[in-house]
Amino acid sequence: MNFEFSEEQLMLREQARGFLGQHCSPSVARSVLDGEANFDPELWQKVAEMGWTATTIPEEYGGLGLGYYELAIIAEELGRAVAPIPFSSSVFLASEAIMAFGNAAQRNKWLPGLASGDSIGTFALAERPGSATADNLLSRYDQQSVTGTKAPIADAMIANFAIVVCKASPGHVHLAVVELSDSAVSRETLKTLDPSRGHGKVNFDDSPAELLGEQEISWSALENLLDRAAVLMAWEQLGIADKALEQACDYAKQRFAFGRAIGSFQAIKHKLAGMYVKNTLARSNAYHGVWALASDSDSLPLAAATARVASTQASLYAAQENIQTHGGMGFTWEFDCQFYYRRAKLLSLAIGSERHWQDRLVSALQRQRAAA
Amino acid sequence: MDFNDTPQEAAFRSEAANWLKENQLTDADREGRSPLEVAKLWQKRKYEAGWACIGWDKEYGGRGASPIERVIWDQEENKYSVPSRFFVIGQGMIAPTLMVWAQPQHKENFLPKLASGDEIWCQLFSEPAGGSDLAALRTKAEKDGDDWIINGQKIWTSQAHYADYGIVVTRTDPTVAKHKGLTMFIVDMKLPGIEIKPIKQLTGDSDFNEVYFTDVRIPDHYRLGDVGQGWTAALTTLMNERLAIGGGGPGADVKLAMEIASLVEINGRPAIEDSAVRAKIAEFHVLEAGLEYNGYRAITALSRGELPGPENSIGKLVGAPKLQAVASFCMDLLEESGVLWSEDDLLSSLAQRSYMGAPGLRIAGGTDEIMTNIIAERVLGLPQDPRLDKGIPFNEVPTGN
Repeated sequence: MNFEFSEEQLMLREQARGFLGQHCSPSVARSVLDGEANFDPELWQKVAEMGWTATTIPEEYGGLGLGYYELAIIAEELGRAVAPIPFSSSVFLASEAIMAFGNAAQRNKWLPGLASGDSIGTFALAERPGSATADNLLSRYDQQSVTGTKAPIADAMIANFAIVVCKASPGHVHLAVVELSDSAVSRETLKTLDPSRGHGKVNFDDSPAELLGEQEISWSALENLLDRAAVLMAWEQLGIADKALEQACDYAKQRFAFGRAIGSFQAIKHKLAGMYVKNTLARSNAYHGVWALASDSDSLPLAAATARVASTQASLYAAQENIQTHGGMGFTWEFDCQFYYRRAKLLSLAIGSERHWQDRLVSALQRQRAAA
Repeated sequence: MDFNDTPQEAAFRSEAANWLKENQLTDADREGRSPLEVAKLWQKRKYEAGWACIGWDKEYGGRGASPIERVIWDQEENKYSVPSRFFVIGQGMIAPTLMVWAQPQHKENFLPKLASGDEIWCQLFSEPAGGSDLAALRTKAEKDGDDWIINGQKIWTSQAHYADYGIVVTRTDPTVAKHKGLTMFIVDMKLPGIEIKPIKQLTGDSDFNEVYFTDVRIPDHYRLGDVGQGWTAALTTLMNERLAIGGGGPGADVKLAMEIASLVEINGRPAIEDSAVRAKIAEFHVLEAGLEYNGYRAITALSRGELPGPENSIGKLVGAPKLQAVASFCMDLLEESGVLWSEDDLLSSLAQRSYMGAPGLRIAGGTDEIMTNIIAERVLGLPQDPRLDKGIPFNEVPTGN
């Protein structure tokens, strides 16, 4: 047993942190937040040049053919840096979906662009408030075209294509790839609580589409895709949680009140220790999650849901208590605390809420219990 | 990262499993013996076959096993119902202290007998005037020729009533600051002048004692570390305590909650289908799994030669309140029947017993609040609270009643 990243992987972390420190300081997220852009194209370009978008894509499609440990490390660093780029949509979801369900022609068609970052993909599941199921979707795939409305869709305004989840036979879905520049597709920007990751509403009106794979897939196959994404998302969330804790600790050490650093008051130090405890448990669960993902373990559904719930809780708590520790200054536009607060909530809702994943977690426990 | 055994680890696991299978305790072993006698019998059997305290050096009765082998052994041993709680303090906390601080002849004498279970030890630290503020302890040790004379009172001492030896922290100089005037000794618990009174806990059990010292004479060679070095020596014990009692022990857990939630109903449906029940169970699982994998990370760090640090305080800090919360939740699922207490069947009252025992776990070995301070100050580097006793000679520190 060895429950730690390898030396090379730890070096990658150092390298990624240094790179983002240089190219993705908080002012980068701030300029996207303040401006009209949906993301930072320059940062996206640089991240792609680093090869991060190509991490797990096989070499034959222009990828690096590395593993999920490397991708998890990158995800965490992107979370720490609240990077305003469509990484999770394009890498955790679109690339993974094509690798999981695409036929050889489709892999050849889409993966090289995703690997080089020239093409941005997104994943279109949500249609309206409440959780999507195989049976409540309204979007339809029929004869190489898709009709329906998807919203809110992360990175919809900047993506080249979307993988659209459509209703199929009971308990099944079609995954249809639609190029978003097509004239039968219309898009409008949706305002969200984290404008540094733009969202949109996409209307498909008999839009030309290509079915991923040759047939419909079961809802549980889709859930497997989401489990895999949940592990990577958990690592990104963990980055936010750790950065928020770090920021709160720094502030508590230098801010004085009543003649002493506020970090010397137990009311503050116990709050920060509570953040550390949640973050540490989330990290250990994320270790198990990425191990289950990388080793294709049967325990993936439980490991992924556990990592996802733990990271969601840790990141939300750290982001909110970071603001609290900063007092009034934390509530200002000028301070960076808001970035983590916004992004933590955004990521906690992408691919399903805490409640949703708690439910999945217990379902996995039930299956484990029935099998024992 | 790899959860699976390496070939060497797998070979070790099967060797351990085979031995356990062939030498496990039988009903005949248990017949007519008290829990302590059964524990000693099992410990001795392991010792004679080289399976006791396997991480210790061979000269002390161990087999020099790696941290990972220790985990493997524990995993295999825990597949059997074996008694171990009697040895946690001696083997888990005191032995590491002796290894660092005792004179060579005492290590050679005492450590093998700790490994074999022949001798039980207790830890004489807390006092009525010093619990969370341990260094405020007042039990005196005064030099008398080559001996020391001890007077004072200890409290919350587990196992004192059947321990053979103990380690005791005393005040040897009240005129210096409180942490600086302490010295630690080995003490023979059968000496004249030692009086032991059991404390009845709120559970009705008596696991702890008050221990009174009246002119107890111990030789200078029983001293652990230099005069005035007692606080540093005590930290060795406390750091190992946090490892030894980490997870909060056996009791109500997610498995039990799942079992009960599958049996009882809410609004005519199995409770496990209720979304509030599911959310709670998920929350508990996140804590249990997080602690388990945290443990594997700690073992990996140990096996790479890193020392156990203050971050290990997290095990008890999370485990004990979790035990209390899961126990309470399990009882809630049972509705009115949650109050029932069964004397004979441990399992049927696991939730109830955990509920009653958990408050003690949240206090023993460092309260939740002290553990939280340790994380804040020693892991996150936050400043200490201003202390009114800091730098002041101990005998001038203000005291209450």
